Amino acid sequence: MTYPTYIKIIRVPCTGKIDILHILRSFEKGADGVYAVGCMEGDCHYTSGNFRARKRVEQARKILETVGVGSDRVEMFNMASSEGPRFAEVAVEMVEKIKKLGPNPIKLKKKQAA
Amino acid sequence: MIVADKKPIQEIIEEIKPYERILILGCNECVTVCEAGGKKEVGILASALRMYFLNQGRNVKIDEETLERQCDHEYLEEIRDVIDQYDAVVSLACGVGVQFMAETYFSTPVFPGVNTCFMGVTEDRGLWTERCQGCGQCILSRTAGICPVSRCAKRVLNGPCGGSSNGKCEINKELACAWQLIIERLKALGRLDEYEELSPIKDWSTDRAGGPRKVVREDVQP
Repeated sequence: MTYPTYIKIIRVPCTGKIDILHILRSFEKGADGVYAVGCMEGDCHYTSGNFRARKRVEQARKILETVGVGSDRVEMFNMASSEGPRFAEVAVEMVEKIKKLGPNPIKLKKKQAA
Repeated sequence: MIVADKKPIQEIIEEIKPYERILILGCNECVTVCEAGGKKEVGILASALRMYFLNQGRNVKIDEETLERQCDHEYLEEIRDVIDQYDAVVSLACGVGVQFMAETYFSTPVFPGVNTCFMGVTEDRGLWTERCQGCGQCILSRTAGICPVSRCAKRVLNGPCGGSSNGKCEINKELACAWQLIIERLKALGRLDEYEELSPIKDWSTDRAGGPRKVVREDVQP
């Protein structure tokens, strides 16, 4: 069970900790895609952290669409902590999707400007 | 507090397109509480704008700052040393802050980053409702602490009107009839007899009808 090495995991105590700014800044810093992996809906240890995360992911998607980065580069997935194979599957799925979309346009423009 | 709502990013972009050095200026007071123009919203807008302009192939400087208030001289003075570094400011304060900013820094263009809505309360997370219109002659003592000026669509002072039905207003079935609320509260306070007293004609000259208003307090003036 392996997952692509392109992915950098940022650990948070709960997906409810994820802020829109974390997602936006990731793109500003050159990430090609961002996805949040939260617990199954209804199984949040903090009751509603994963629902909050989903809302913030949605807001970030709207902003990224407006500024031309594209909303498809952000996703949210729900799975149980015991679902290691599913985690690897989602990682592969996300990497393939981002590869199709190509690099983050901001990163390219930054390189051109430098 | 003064309640504001976010402006669409696209609308802000259209306003600031011509500029190269932009300051996004938040306010730590009301707009922070209603999650429209505080430090976090400044960060989100600035990040979005930086990405937008980079994507357009433009090197636009977007900086972030959040003042304690934008409606007082002393806090606005905090940016006097840096204001010349910017071609334009997007103020996420309410309309009051935006205007005071424009008055203080006369030659710097200032654009509003929020839509200022009303004076109201946080009923719930993400739900703000109007409570006061600043009419300048408070009548809450006679109306059981519920304001018919801000909460009755007709501003009726001896209500309810004929549009009140099952405790709701005719303009919106989800909107409580202010006069129904007043009567219920007067009843709960054991003061229902006061409902019989007619309200005198209100002096609306202290409302917007008298033009822009001011409060002069010689006792606190320097």
